[in-house]
Amino acid sequence: MTDYALKAENITQKFGAFSALKNVSFDLKVGEVHCLAGENGCGKSTLIKVINGVHRPEPGARIGFGSGQSAGHITPSDAKRNGVHVIWQDLAVFPDLTVAENITFDSFVASPLKPVGSRDRKRRVNEIIARLDIDLDPDELVGNLSIAKRQLVAICRVLDADAKIIFMDEPTASLTRKETESLLRIVRRLSAAGISVVFVSHRLAEVLDVCERVTVLRDGNLVGTYPTEGMSQKKLSKLMTGMDVHEEPRGPQTFGETAIEVKGLTRRGEFADVSFAVRRGEILGLTGLMGSGRTEIALTLFGMNKADAGQILLEGKPVSFGSNKDAIAAGIAYVSEDRLNLGLIQNQSIINNTAITVLDDLADPPVFLAPSRLSQLCTSWIARLKTKVSDPRLPVSVLSGGNQQRIVLAKWLATNPKVLILDAPTVGVDVGAKAGIFEIVRDLAATGMSIILISDEASEIHTHADRCLILRNGRIHQQLDPADVDEEKLEELINA
Amino acid sequence: MRKALLSPEGILVVLIAVVSAYLSVATQGFATVQNMFDLLNNQSVNIIFAVGLVVVLVSGGIDISFSVAASVVQYVVISYLLTIDGGNWAIAALLTCVVGISLGLLNALLIHRFRIVSIIVTIGTFNLFFGLLMYLSGGRSIYSIPDWLYSRIPVFSYELERGSATLYLPVLVMAVMVVLTGFILSRTGLGRQIYGFGSNPDAAKRSGVNVAFVQAFAYGWLGLCAGIAGLMQAHIVREVVPNALYGRELDILAAVVLGGAVLGGGRGTVTGAVLGVMLLALIQNGLNLLGISPFVFKVVVGVIILSAITVRNLDRLLPKLSSVNGKGEADA
Repeated sequence: MTDYALKAENITQKFGAFSALKNVSFDLKVGEVHCLAGENGCGKSTLIKVINGVHRPEPGARIGFGSGQSAGHITPSDAKRNGVHVIWQDLAVFPDLTVAENITFDSFVASPLKPVGSRDRKRRVNEIIARLDIDLDPDELVGNLSIAKRQLVAICRVLDADAKIIFMDEPTASLTRKETESLLRIVRRLSAAGISVVFVSHRLAEVLDVCERVTVLRDGNLVGTYPTEGMSQKKLSKLMTGMDVHEEPRGPQTFGETAIEVKGLTRRGEFADVSFAVRRGEILGLTGLMGSGRTEIALTLFGMNKADAGQILLEGKPVSFGSNKDAIAAGIAYVSEDRLNLGLIQNQSIINNTAITVLDDLADPPVFLAPSRLSQLCTSWIARLKTKVSDPRLPVSVLSGGNQQRIVLAKWLATNPKVLILDAPTVGVDVGAKAGIFEIVRDLAATGMSIILISDEASEIHTHADRCLILRNGRIHQQLDPADVDEEKLEELINA
Repeated sequence: MRKALLSPEGILVVLIAVVSAYLSVATQGFATVQNMFDLLNNQSVNIIFAVGLVVVLVSGGIDISFSVAASVVQYVVISYLLTIDGGNWAIAALLTCVVGISLGLLNALLIHRFRIVSIIVTIGTFNLFFGLLMYLSGGRSIYSIPDWLYSRIPVFSYELERGSATLYLPVLVMAVMVVLTGFILSRTGLGRQIYGFGSNPDAAKRSGVNVAFVQAFAYGWLGLCAGIAGLMQAHIVREVVPNALYGRELDILAAVVLGGAVLGGGRGTVTGAVLGVMLLALIQNGLNLLGISPFVFKVVVGVIILSAITVRNLDRLLPKLSSVNGKGEADA
């Protein structure tokens, strides 16, 4: 007989007329590593909040911990007593407090008048750090740590609170491959100590092999709980989206003249001696680990940073950009990796976000900007990129990740670029919406646009790039034709 | 050691040492017990304000109404005492605390309950307090203050060749407020909650921090400090002038920011605030002794604050200096 850490049955959660969860069941064994998968809005977060005691499900639900009685709903203090903890994606750490203070923060809340005893605190923290066998300085300010280390702080903190069940929301979203591996090693250690861990994720490849089982939700419905053995990434995508996403690799294409050429481009501390050329209609994949220089090269091409040496030639003519304004005028567009903060102005309307790159061109006569011209522009791009928008006057933050990315594309395509640089264009975009983004990218290439696709997902590069450069430590390590290798081999090369 | 020297407090200590060394050599009157005691007597009010303000800044807020709040406390308390034939220290202290804390709590209430940004709230209460005070008092000063408030209370005397130098009550009160505030901020769980709330409000809420209480404490404590500072100031100058403290808030804010507090919250210490006030006081004192126009003081304050903040941000402004290969190794 298996010991269950948690059993939840018949969970239905309604918000007004909308059902976020419909009769969902979820169970978790002691010491199990479980994956809770589904696209954005499928009900993952709602389910966590029900188990955590934030939401109260409809009558008929049964939720029980361990061998205890099951109840119709959970209160936050029930959840706490049973050691349920959630590490949200934003980690909720305090940057201005030390590691030790962050880990033991609950004691400050529990006893505000008790003097802060630093010795006992440090001993406790050191014990936890030793238990996880990680490298963390208890006296360092958390604000000085990398995201990966902050995540360790968050894990230590729930361990200090005696966690038995840990939900981790998108834990690998902002980690490099190496950091992800070390996180997974720690998760295995937790599981060996009898702590159950639930990964909540829509980026699946890397977590699949540590998980025993995966529960898939779609539109508030339980699709099913499956053992991960024999589960492939493709099959899982299909379960999550309900669609058969299959993308044909891009076959051989014919290209036009060289649109952009880079010779010996060097920027101290970032990349060195980078040379390549992209022809009209070509999709060049630029890949490598985080910190290998991918984004840094893009920022230099886009005029945000100055190169220390080397040349950029646009249609054969050398160019030099004083700022990204010059680069935009010359026909280079850059879709940033950080859509949330840099790609869009979240609280501004969809119209304003689309038009922001071409405000000067839209002003006619100069300086006078007619609102109708803005909305015309926006409507035409919404139609061309098949964006789902209920009202373009709403803030862009109301859109899903995939549709937000289409607005980012629209704003750059409005500048009529010759070279389009896409930096991790599918981060935070659902499996289903990814295919739609790449359909657009391929159509753009077909019109003769040169595209530089930056990504660390081997499958994307393999399926969509005509040619691929692998960067390592700021230098071009290898150039290859994706058709010559299979996806696994490419993945190996990127991560080597 | 290097870390301690590069902290805002460390830099201030060095600056204070440099300025003091220069003034000791360049002027006659600086390095005397009399001058040091005068400085302490004169700055005690500012330091009491500053330690109150640092609590609010650490909690992620700002308050610019505290100095006019201090004027209100002075006026209300002394006027009331005059109607009951003068009263005494005990009644005055009690009233001061009650009125001061109430004014602070009013700010906290508006900020927390109505979700208004603290700078807007306190601009509002700044005008409200000052406007009401000037309107109801008709701008009249009170010159006939009670006797117990009029006579100075020495707490420490130092014999000099001619006469003696004396520290008075405000210095003692200041020391108590510094120690108390410092203890709360750095040695209690409540203090860590205030830093936590200022550092990441959402995370603090999720951790079960009672946000209403933390804010009420921060603004209430500043109100208390403002009240006490107001009473001390009336004691020192032996009169109540309704607009005497008007404008003081920006000087104190400048000193506290110089001491390492940031407007975003989460950072700042009582030590830093005290050192910030002292550095500016030393410079003002020095310019005075050097016979330089008092208008220069404002210029110097401006330059010091701008350069201090720039230096503190320097590591973020300088380009990365590591080589391509060095960086690669760091990643591996």
